[in-house]
Amino acid sequence: MTTSFHRLANPARFQKFARRALPWSWAVAVLGLGSGFVWGLALSPADYQQGDTVRVMYVHVPAAWMAMACYALMALLSASFLVWKHQLAGIAALAAAPVGACFTAIALITGSLWGKPTWGTWWVWDARLTSVLVLFFLYLGYMALAGAFDDRLRGLRAASLLALVGIINLPIIKFSVDWWNTLHQPASILRAGGPSIHASMLWPLAITALGFAAFLVAILLVRIRSELALWRTEALMRRQTRGMT
Amino acid sequence: MTTFGALVRRDLALATLRGGDAALTLVFFVVAVAVFPFGVGPDPDLLARISAGIIWVTALLASMTSLERLYRVDLEDGSLEIMALSAQPLELQVAAKCLAHWVTSGLPVVVLSPLMAMLINLDMAAWWILIVSLAIGTPVLSLVGSIGGALVLGARKSGALIGLIVLPLQVPVLIFGIGAVEAVLRGGPVWPPLLIEAAILIAGTPLALWASAVALRMAIE
Amino acid sequence: MSAFFDMGGYAATVWPAYGVTIAILVALVVVSVRSSRRRHRVLERLERETRRQRDP
Repeated sequence: MTTSFHRLANPARFQKFARRALPWSWAVAVLGLGSGFVWGLALSPADYQQGDTVRVMYVHVPAAWMAMACYALMALLSASFLVWKHQLAGIAALAAAPVGACFTAIALITGSLWGKPTWGTWWVWDARLTSVLVLFFLYLGYMALAGAFDDRLRGLRAASLLALVGIINLPIIKFSVDWWNTLHQPASILRAGGPSIHASMLWPLAITALGFAAFLVAILLVRIRSELALWRTEALMRRQTRGMT
Repeated sequence: MTTFGALVRRDLALATLRGGDAALTLVFFVVAVAVFPFGVGPDPDLLARISAGIIWVTALLASMTSLERLYRVDLEDGSLEIMALSAQPLELQVAAKCLAHWVTSGLPVVVLSPLMAMLINLDMAAWWILIVSLAIGTPVLSLVGSIGGALVLGARKSGALIGLIVLPLQVPVLIFGIGAVEAVLRGGPVWPPLLIEAAILIAGTPLALWASAVALRMAIE
Repeated sequence: MSAFFDMGGYAATVWPAYGVTIAILVALVVVSVRSSRRRHRVLERLERETRRQRDP
């Protein structure tokens, strides 16, 4: 893991890896999401309690998983950037943030849509939804901080530290929100991804989750290459202006 | 320890010289709490139910009003670089800055909280716990705020940015601080939320000092 | 077929959820790929220029 990670820290090796991995990850993403959505919408059974609303689970739950996984990945990359000075890792974290924010937005919007028939209202301060909302704010803070400096590298370093502080804080936030929620005893609890899930629902869930994960890899590769091009352009421009003076 | 004391004294002296940061924070706290009844109506029962939340959230906002200035002045006049180069660990000096910030923004709120609690009809039985929970929680507000203040050094539009960065991180201390007061009102156990709040303070202090110091070193590089 | 689109009376819940998901994912791809192409175009132009400057 560490060695392959270090090897990927070389931009040239990364480009080679990205070129080879991109078609595969796009293919798995399209296949996984396509078949998962069809399975979830048409082939899987309706829940005996929630009826057809349970079909929202196949987009809501994997999106929430990816939102959390993406933040963990971002924090890991940020740590690698700050500790080992792997600039590529920092750039990858920068590329991951908007993706994570999009997954978080999907989880929030679909959760809200699911809440309407389940709770009778669009938004309930349910423990899970609230935690995801705070996660969304953390993503926004990271992106805002990274973009707030004239010196791009300075912004990236500040934002990387914020990502680390955030990942330390996230379990505490999760714990406190759970505690707060039981204190206020909500009217009903969204039963999603509980342990008693039937196999006929587990399969489409697993397939969509795979599709989401492959999508995450593919879009990350695209965005990292895009960021690398931008950073290289700026480095060249700096060198040019230095050559002129 | 002499540098620590000197730094605290210097920051406090600066605060008084500049026309009283503490007084300004205090006035903000009082006015902001007093605005709530205009928003939710004067019903005493409703106010009694939400008063702990009002005071705590306002304390959080009050602690943030001076965060942007916390390190900016030191960066601009060069004393931040002297701090980083001195023999004292930067973390210790950050602690001094946080202590000074707490004395000018947290302590006044703690002292004045019973008066405001009276104005918005908090049950008198909960007053003591409100003071204790604020006394434990406001240092956390300063410490976590210090990370935000250090991170945005040199950024454009740093004022709004601090809010976006710091507010989500303050959620846990807010929850347990208010939770302790609510526990009294509901007749539940007071100790669990209060102890967790104290644990956040104890565990959060070294983390916040370390993160602030790292962020400060980034700012002067 | 209409029963499928009706979603047991929950069409207003299920279809928007999938619609929003797909819309956000597609938008993310379009924005990312477009900006990546633009940035690579600019970079290639710049690299050509620097090469020309170095060995004319």
